[in-house]
Amino acid sequence: MGKAAKLQSQCAGKGGAIHFDDLHPCYSNHEARVEADRCYFCYDAPCMNACPTSIDIPLFIRQISTDNPKGAAKTIFEQNIMGGICARVCPTETLCEEACVRNDAEEKPVKIGHLQRFATDFFMDNVAAHPYERAASTGKKIAIVGAGPAGLACAHALSKEGHDVTVFEAREKSGGLNEYGIAAYKAVDDFAQKEVNFILDLGGISIENGKTLGRDMTLEDLSNSYDAVFLGMGLGGVQSLGLVGEEHPRVIDAARYIEDLRQASAKEELPQAKSVLVIGGGMTAVDVAIQSKLLGAEQVTIAYRRGQEQMNASSYEQELAQTHGVQISTWLQPKTILSDGDQLEGMVFNKTKLDGGKLVATDDEVTLSADLIFKAIGQNFITEPVTIDMALELESDRIKVDGNCKTNAKNIWAGGDCVAGGEDLTVASVEDGKIAAKNIHEFLSA
Amino acid sequence: MADLRSNFIGIKSPNPFWLASAPPTDKEYNVVRAYEAGWGGVVWKTLGEDPHLVNVNGPRYGAIHGADRRLLGLNNIELITDRPLQTNLQEIKRVKKDWPDRALVVSLMVPCEEQSWINILKLVEETEADGIELNFGCPHGMSERGMGSAVGQVPEYIEMVTRWCKQNTRMPVIVKLTPNITDIRKPAEAANRGGADAVSLINTINSIVSVDLDQMAPIPTVGGKGSHGGYCGPAVKPIALNMVAEIARTPELAELPISGIGGITTWRDAAEFLALGAGNLQVCTAAMTYGFKVVEEMIDGLSDWMDEKGYSSIDQISRKAVPNVSDWQHLNLNYIAKAKINQDLCIECGRCHIACEDTSHQAITNMVDGARKFEVIDEECVGCNLCVNVCPVEDCITMEQMTEGVDPRTNKPIDSSYANWTTHPNNPQRVDAAE
Repeated sequence: MGKAAKLQSQCAGKGGAIHFDDLHPCYSNHEARVEADRCYFCYDAPCMNACPTSIDIPLFIRQISTDNPKGAAKTIFEQNIMGGICARVCPTETLCEEACVRNDAEEKPVKIGHLQRFATDFFMDNVAAHPYERAASTGKKIAIVGAGPAGLACAHALSKEGHDVTVFEAREKSGGLNEYGIAAYKAVDDFAQKEVNFILDLGGISIENGKTLGRDMTLEDLSNSYDAVFLGMGLGGVQSLGLVGEEHPRVIDAARYIEDLRQASAKEELPQAKSVLVIGGGMTAVDVAIQSKLLGAEQVTIAYRRGQEQMNASSYEQELAQTHGVQISTWLQPKTILSDGDQLEGMVFNKTKLDGGKLVATDDEVTLSADLIFKAIGQNFITEPVTIDMALELESDRIKVDGNCKTNAKNIWAGGDCVAGGEDLTVASVEDGKIAAKNIHEFLSA
Repeated sequence: MADLRSNFIGIKSPNPFWLASAPPTDKEYNVVRAYEAGWGGVVWKTLGEDPHLVNVNGPRYGAIHGADRRLLGLNNIELITDRPLQTNLQEIKRVKKDWPDRALVVSLMVPCEEQSWINILKLVEETEADGIELNFGCPHGMSERGMGSAVGQVPEYIEMVTRWCKQNTRMPVIVKLTPNITDIRKPAEAANRGGADAVSLINTINSIVSVDLDQMAPIPTVGGKGSHGGYCGPAVKPIALNMVAEIARTPELAELPISGIGGITTWRDAAEFLALGAGNLQVCTAAMTYGFKVVEEMIDGLSDWMDEKGYSSIDQISRKAVPNVSDWQHLNLNYIAKAKINQDLCIECGRCHIACEDTSHQAITNMVDGARKFEVIDEECVGCNLCVNVCPVEDCITMEQMTEGVDPRTNKPIDSSYANWTTHPNNPQRVDAAE
């Protein structure tokens, strides 16, 4: 073990079910102090304004630089109780770190994400006591649907105020996309569950796993039996390519695959491939592409229908894919799935181009061979549970909410990916949960 | 190419950089390594009377660190040499013989009795050393025994011992001063009266660098207790520069040569000490932090800078800034400057704004036309320079002199004449300008 590794603080990975090394191992104390010293403690800090949860970044970094990582973590949790996972998965290069004034100075922002991870990991690994105490019980009961980032953030903030919270989670484990939707190398060591437990340590929150809205209870039941309801169930449906042969067993939904991978104990349980094609251009596409490489695929190609600049995955994510040996092919629109019985052979694409700002398919065709295709073209919201008995207003096929995350129903709020304008970002979902909790508390206190 | 050769009170060395009397000059081994590395001279670590004294066997140093543990200030509780007198004298003699072109001065500290000084002066003369330095500065340990800074804090003692030395040796005498006094001119004047050939300053400053909050004891902690030490390193440079300048600009002391000491780490520090009145330089902490090789940067840097500025010898730099060190009351009150922010260099951290807004004159915007922008409001700016100092970008904010027009803050026209406090109407003790 090298000296740097020996100096590494307590948060080194021990390996999960299938071992993936941590993408960025946690800073050692010294690394954190040196990096923290780079922060200028800006006035009205641009990084803080760029953070969807408005974490007081200059303050927590200053606390790290004064050897107070515990205080730093509390500063982070004050705005974002899921600061731990956000430190791992936030696209900081397009949020806080993009706003850092050091970009102007030397094109090297302060590594805010790494510093946040250092502080939150320190707290979660070394501090036994939960950072908050619940206020005296208000006797109010709140139902939350979905134990993902939005639901848990909302639950924590409401329980803190003394309300009793019940969270209904469809899946076996809580955590939502933190548990099921994030590439394994971004959250090693079963971190999502650790964070769920950390949040529950506050008390006053009970989670009922295996309970699905629309199957085990209706929205109307919840609205009637609880003082307030928060919906944070995310997206349950899978977008379709609309191609013949899409149901082929080796044409797989990427989100589902990532989920299976996170839960699998051996990689043999999952479809193996030599040559992988990923259709899509977002973070999920990048995640599944990199994991395929790490799992041994020889050729992995991301095929996207527009250009690289239009990809939802940030340039940092794209670079990460490319440094892992993933090829990115752009201006390709899926046309035909090629297969011979059980054997998947590849896909034919139409080349695309912009015609007066509009994307059009050309007659040029490109064939890419693959023995496994991942669909990473996004998910959609299953509307039935919120429209059958209660008729929540929708917008763009998702729940419509106002600036307080309030729906049109009198005691129902919603946030995260299931609402219109949902950003598919953990940190944005946390902020929704926080905003809704604040408004619910005001509503209940009125 | 600039000539860096130094002749300080008749003691010649190939460059003005000497190692100060301290752990790096405690024995032959270290001193030879220093000469090999290029140091122009050394002041051998202070000799005392036998039986030789002892040091603590626990930690002797404490420190203040900046970013990335850069050592900014060091404090020590080490005493003078803890080796037998004869051992030191034999080594000094051998080293001087082997390195005739390098300066070798011996630091001394014995009780305030003339015979003690006469005895040791004889012994040192036999080594052929170039001179002696009287250690009236060490502020810890030795001062409890009536030596070191206990002498340096009483001008009469300084004068007395200096005179004894001058009367009893042919060697040049340098008096090393303690900064742990109120007015550095008093001990310097005393040394001058006693006939000193030069003064050297500053010795270390009484200090406790930090407290171990678990043991609740000062650092360095020896068995649960800590004693104050002597502070040195980059952090003390401003104090040392002021004291050197105070002596240099005192008319009665204008002829008294000064060996500048206190946090010299780079060629620039050296040039500044020379400009404010030093004739040569002594270094310790930089060597103790980085090793003897640092002298290469000092020599090269000083030489290159002198070439660039057209200086050919150390004498041409020495005292060059002394005439410009002034009392406050003689500063020109008609000189008006305003801060100016170069928007091309500004990274918009906002530190200038918040420093000015919270703690000074509310003279820097944070928003212009609804956008984040930092601009100086000339109507409020007093030209204090705080923004320049807190800005993380070098040369982004500059102070620009106003030479004509009206000062928008006072609405008074710029006056190109010189006027200071001594004649200012608000000064009750003003002297009316001659008609």
